[in-house]
Amino acid sequence: MALIELKNVTMSYEGMRVITNLSLSVNKGDYLCIVGENGTGKTTLIKGLLGLKKLDSGEIVFGDGLKKNEIGYLPQQSDLQRDFPASVREVVLSGRINKKGFCPFFTSKDRKICTDAMKRLEIDTLASKCYHDLSGGQQQRVLLARAICASENLLILDEPVSGLDLVAAEEMYAVIDRLNSEGMTVIMISHDIKRVQKLNGFILHLGHKKEIFYGKSSEYKKYAIESGLWEKDI
Amino acid sequence: MSNIIQTILSYGFLSRALIAGLLISVCASLLGVTLVLKRYSMIGDGLSHISFGALAFASVMGMAPLKLAIPVVAIAAIALLRLGGKKIKGDSLIAIISSSALALGIMLISYSGTSADMNSYLIGSLYAVSKSDMMAAVVLCVIAIGVFTFLYNRIFTVTFDEDFSKATGVRVGFYNTIIAVLISITVVIGMRLMGSLLISALIVFPALSSMRVFKSFKAVTISSAIISIVSFLAGFCLTLFLDGIPTGACITIVNLIIFVVLSAIKMIR
Repeated sequence: MALIELKNVTMSYEGMRVITNLSLSVNKGDYLCIVGENGTGKTTLIKGLLGLKKLDSGEIVFGDGLKKNEIGYLPQQSDLQRDFPASVREVVLSGRINKKGFCPFFTSKDRKICTDAMKRLEIDTLASKCYHDLSGGQQQRVLLARAICASENLLILDEPVSGLDLVAAEEMYAVIDRLNSEGMTVIMISHDIKRVQKLNGFILHLGHKKEIFYGKSSEYKKYAIESGLWEKDI
Repeated sequence: MSNIIQTILSYGFLSRALIAGLLISVCASLLGVTLVLKRYSMIGDGLSHISFGALAFASVMGMAPLKLAIPVVAIAAIALLRLGGKKIKGDSLIAIISSSALALGIMLISYSGTSADMNSYLIGSLYAVSKSDMMAAVVLCVIAIGVFTFLYNRIFTVTFDEDFSKATGVRVGFYNTIIAVLISITVVIGMRLMGSLLISALIVFPALSSMRVFKSFKAVTISSAIISIVSFLAGFCLTLFLDGIPTGACITIVNLIIFVVLSAIKMIR
């Protein structure tokens, strides 16, 4: 059974219909990139997946034992976080909150999982540093580590490289690729069509005129060139 | 020093004000950290004006002040924290509701001709803390501090990132409601001492001061509680020395001095 199955999903953003009758399925270990210009409903779709936004119609079914609160989400950074006094360890550890039920405090098991996640993303040396003193790339790694603490199965990443310079962005993609090759299912929004068509996965392209591409990333370049998106480099 | 302690102990109203004030300072500073970070620094100010309106209404109608003010302010706080930002921006909403409530309170009090009450509500007074106020302060503040400690990790998660929290199944609305109720209790009880005009100093200053120097949420939370206690005690003693200067003003000025000193330390570093 698919990990996530979208059946005829229709969604709106501020009264405008942005996604119409979308059906697709994501299997365990898949790598799905959602691309498209601004205002085509990428973030709306992700919020629908996370249950943060209601669907107009259709259905999203979680399979393979995936629970709704077992999704590691990396949202777009908010201004709020830029001067927030929090250590890296505090932020990463907060990813464990969905596993706590009624227990109010973190246990040594939570701390171990948190340390492992930081090691996995090579930020363990930053553990006691303040989050807002880090570089953009390091901050994204911290949020990614938090997402891993929240879920061993599925990551949903909303523009994980936005605001990063080329080197930091490439490092971030490399980390995400590695996590995917280790078995993590990844759903990611990106603007960088030239980079994502190289990934080993699937691409969902949402267009303004409701045109949609959904297929293997290796087939995407042809579609992008034919539809003139390649030169525009959205 | 021993003179001051003797004075405080020999007057019942002073020890009542001291106990209530200390507990309220701790509550206000703990909640202040999350409110300042949520960009809701002005909520204390807004709620205290609403509380002023409610207390004025209660005194004109001859109702028990706390029993009316706490629920009214709690409802307003929940509305501000949960609905703010949807139709009207949070800060504008606070401005509209609080000035209307203040105007209503002033009208009611002026109409009934009890202007002495107005002063004590607006500026606060050591004499205003009654026995029942103190008991309410003790019970409610102990509950508030307990709830805050118990929910500390969740409050951090929700404050740092609402979207992430919602996505991982944390009931963000529920925690915002709890914070709203706790802050309303703190404001209603605290404004007897601090005054409606200055209660928000108790909420925002300790958090802002400790954010100058501390870099983790835990350190900021603990240090703002300590700063709040120190500035309350210093302000309280200052009131006793400077006869006739209201406590709220003294505490606020001490808080300002601490803020300036810590800001200077940050700059030197």
